[in-house]
Amino acid sequence: MVEMNNVSMVYESSGTEALDRVSFSIEEGEFVFLVGPSGSGKTTLMKLITGEVRPKSGKIIVNDFDMRKIKRRKLPKVRRTLGVIFQDYRLIENMNVYDNVAFAMRVVGARRREIRERVPYVLELVGLDGREKRMPNELSGGEQQRVAIARALVNNPRMIVADEPTGNLDPARSLELMLLFEKINDMGTTIVVVTHEKELVNALGKRVIAIDNGRVISDGKGGYFNYEIE
Amino acid sequence: MRLNRSGYLIREGFRSIGTHSFMSFATVTIIMACLIIMGSVTLLSLNIDRLIKSLENQNEVVAFVDETYTEDSARALQGSIEGIDNISSVEFITRGQAFDNFMENYSSDLSEGLDDQVLRDRYVIHLTDIARMAETKSALESIEGIAKVKAHLDYAKTFITIRNVVSVVSLALIAMLVFVSIFIMSNTIKLATFGRREEIAIMKMVGASNGFIRLPFVVEGLVLGILGGGLGFLAEWGIYELLTKKVVNSVAGSFLAVIPFEQIALPMFIAYMGIGVIIGAFGGVNAIRNYLDV
Ligand SMILES: Nc1ncnc2c1ncn2[C@@H]1O[C@H](COP(=O)(O)OP(=O)(O)OP(=O)(O)O)[C@@H](O)[C@H]1O
Ligand SMILES: [Mg+2]
Repeated sequence: MVEMNNVSMVYESSGTEALDRVSFSIEEGEFVFLVGPSGSGKTTLMKLITGEVRPKSGKIIVNDFDMRKIKRRKLPKVRRTLGVIFQDYRLIENMNVYDNVAFAMRVVGARRREIRERVPYVLELVGLDGREKRMPNELSGGEQQRVAIARALVNNPRMIVADEPTGNLDPARSLELMLLFEKINDMGTTIVVVTHEKELVNALGKRVIAIDNGRVISDGKGGYFNYEIE
Repeated sequence: MRLNRSGYLIREGFRSIGTHSFMSFATVTIIMACLIIMGSVTLLSLNIDRLIKSLENQNEVVAFVDETYTEDSARALQGSIEGIDNISSVEFITRGQAFDNFMENYSSDLSEGLDDQVLRDRYVIHLTDIARMAETKSALESIEGIAKVKAHLDYAKTFITIRNVVSVVSLALIAMLVFVSIFIMSNTIKLATFGRREEIAIMKMVGASNGFIRLPFVVEGLVLGILGGGLGFLAEWGIYELLTKKVVNSVAGSFLAVIPFEQIALPMFIAYMGIGVIIGAFGGVNAIRNYLDV
């Protein structure tokens, strides 16, 4: 669940106004695409949600946490309710598939038994059963991204946020991944995906929030065509 | 904290030391060296202090009574001498006793023909604090009936100056060395944090607490700090024994009684370990600070 109200964000280092009075809300269980040209502020929105950066003004609620007022040491609490996925997967190179996923549970203090039960389950969910012992460099891009998705899912987050997760994949792998997100969404997890994949967005018919130059220019079900103004 | 978690963290701390063993070795060595320097100046000032104490015991101030005073009126001065503060003991010695002492100490032919009337009645006085010797001397001189006061002022002054200089220098040195050690420790552990920056980023992303992310690096710092402290203590012990044996066997040794190491081993050990732990903990926390800011 995300609620943004008149959110503005300026990067102090460059003086760039990355977002200008952005407002929208995403309900529990929704599937939302976030689209827009390069430099429009999509990644900045994601960082506001995960608490990596703070807004200059406006109100942001993420899974019931007020992100404007939250203390730094409380950020882990918010992040435990989120699963984050990046374009470049960010796997730990010297850990195998199983350990990459189990790592996310270990570092938040999960019990050994829980880990032993949960990791195989999510690996099967993302279609990686049988690949547990492989190292990241022994996997295709699509497989590596599915490890990252398994890692994001393993702590049972309320919402998954993915920043261009298909950026390095071919169209067929991208579709597979989007269908996987749809499956996860059907199980109740909120999904927010930043993407440039016009055809996929149109084909899936989900809600699309389009931003340009730091502002929301359209928001609604339908597809990318809403945002053909480019 | 659950067992599997703390086990994991401690393993991580040790694993990390193994991955950059040269820097870890260098860090332990530098901490050792710093602690040996600190320990040596501390031992030096402790020994000077002890020397001053023994001088305080030996160093008597002698106050001579006016020759015209009878023994009874000379004895009557005792009260006003005891009234001066900084005086720990006062002993009255008649000219007769002084003469006998003199005769004992010097050959009889030198003292031949001397009679006890050439010496004066006197008080032998010990002070509490020789740093205030000058002040006490003039207080004694101002008592009516005291003709002359004999005190080894320069002796006392020199040792007190040495002690003060050593204390100031050692305090400054210790503060500086602790600072330098923390800096070096923190740089070594920064290597570890750099080597594992992806892991740290992922830990933050999935919501590991700052304390949890910090702990392996603090463990690493503690292990290095305790190692440096322990080895430094042993080395200091060896060096001290070696040096003091030399001093005791030398000419000066007969009058310089050094503090035996066993007598101060426990507080020294605690101090070494304590400083090692402090350097390790601060070094670890400092190394990871930049990563935890977001
Ligand atoms: N760390 C930063 N410091 C300063 N300026 C930044 C920083 N990150 C982004 N910006 C600026 O903020 C604006 C929005 O950037 P953002 O990364 O949110 O765009 P984006 O929509 O994710 O683009 P892309 O599709 O290329 O990933 C850009 O003008 C960018 O130059
Ligand atoms: Mg981006």
